[in-house]
Amino acid sequence: MSETGKSMSSPDAHVAVMRSQLGRVRGLGSARSGVSHWWSQRWTALVLVPLTLWFIWHVIALLGAPHQAVLDWMYSPLTVVLMLCLIVATFHHMQLGLQAVIEDYIHSEAMRFGLLLAVRAAAAFLALLAAVAVLKMGL
Amino acid sequence: MAETRDALMVARNSEGRLVHRPLSPHLQAYRPQITSVLSIFHRITGVALSAGTLLMVWWIVAAALGADAYAGVQAFVSSPIGLVLLFGWTAALFYHLCSGIRHLAWDAGYGFDKPNYAYTGYAVLIATAACTLLAWAVGLIVWLH
Repeated sequence: MSETGKSMSSPDAHVAVMRSQLGRVRGLGSARSGVSHWWSQRWTALVLVPLTLWFIWHVIALLGAPHQAVLDWMYSPLTVVLMLCLIVATFHHMQLGLQAVIEDYIHSEAMRFGLLLAVRAAAAFLALLAAVAVLKMGL
Repeated sequence: MAETRDALMVARNSEGRLVHRPLSPHLQAYRPQITSVLSIFHRITGVALSAGTLLMVWWIVAAALGADAYAGVQAFVSSPIGLVLLFGWTAALFYHLCSGIRHLAWDAGYGFDKPNYAYTGYAVLIATAACTLLAWAVGLIVWLH
């Protein structure tokens, strides 16, 4: 408490005291999860740079190609693994990004909570759907 | 929890009265600048790309279902609406990619100063246009070949 003693004279002293020593040590802040959201947004962005370019490259190569060409491409273990990485990173990144947008612009508590749940559910559903489809072709 | 948040969101305005801080800046209060316009564009394209993932998932699932389902996606993508959507999706993807690399450079401590973020901002716009046109030029050559 000695550290906060100095600011006791300021009119907003209650704000300085509100954060406990334990809270300060944990360093989780008002989001209660520390920098995990920020960090996940960054590592997914980093891996998505090469993975997205790789995916675009192959989609262009497959334009107008018969269905069998897609199956041949998906039959490679390398394709399956990179596609699964792309799917996980994409939908994790999407969920984090939409969460930030919703938290900034949706002020109604019930609406925000509902949308955050819906985005998580949709991201998980679409990721699983795509992943199972990739595994069905690749295995 | 709401009381804690309220206490932290209270500040004094220039007249010394206690007021609630705004949750996020109101866009219409500012003159559009290259920095702010590209910033909101990053969000808009991010939301648009979220919708675009539906097309990606449809493509993958259709390929797994068989030749008939795959022909359905191909028919949609080569229809006028499909082509417009695909073009918009490609442009949004390259914008979000280039702008995202700019954001990652800032996070690493590079380019976050006054002349540079304007230069890199225009570079992002030029790179987006170049990548989109290149992808479509190569794509159309492959497609029509």
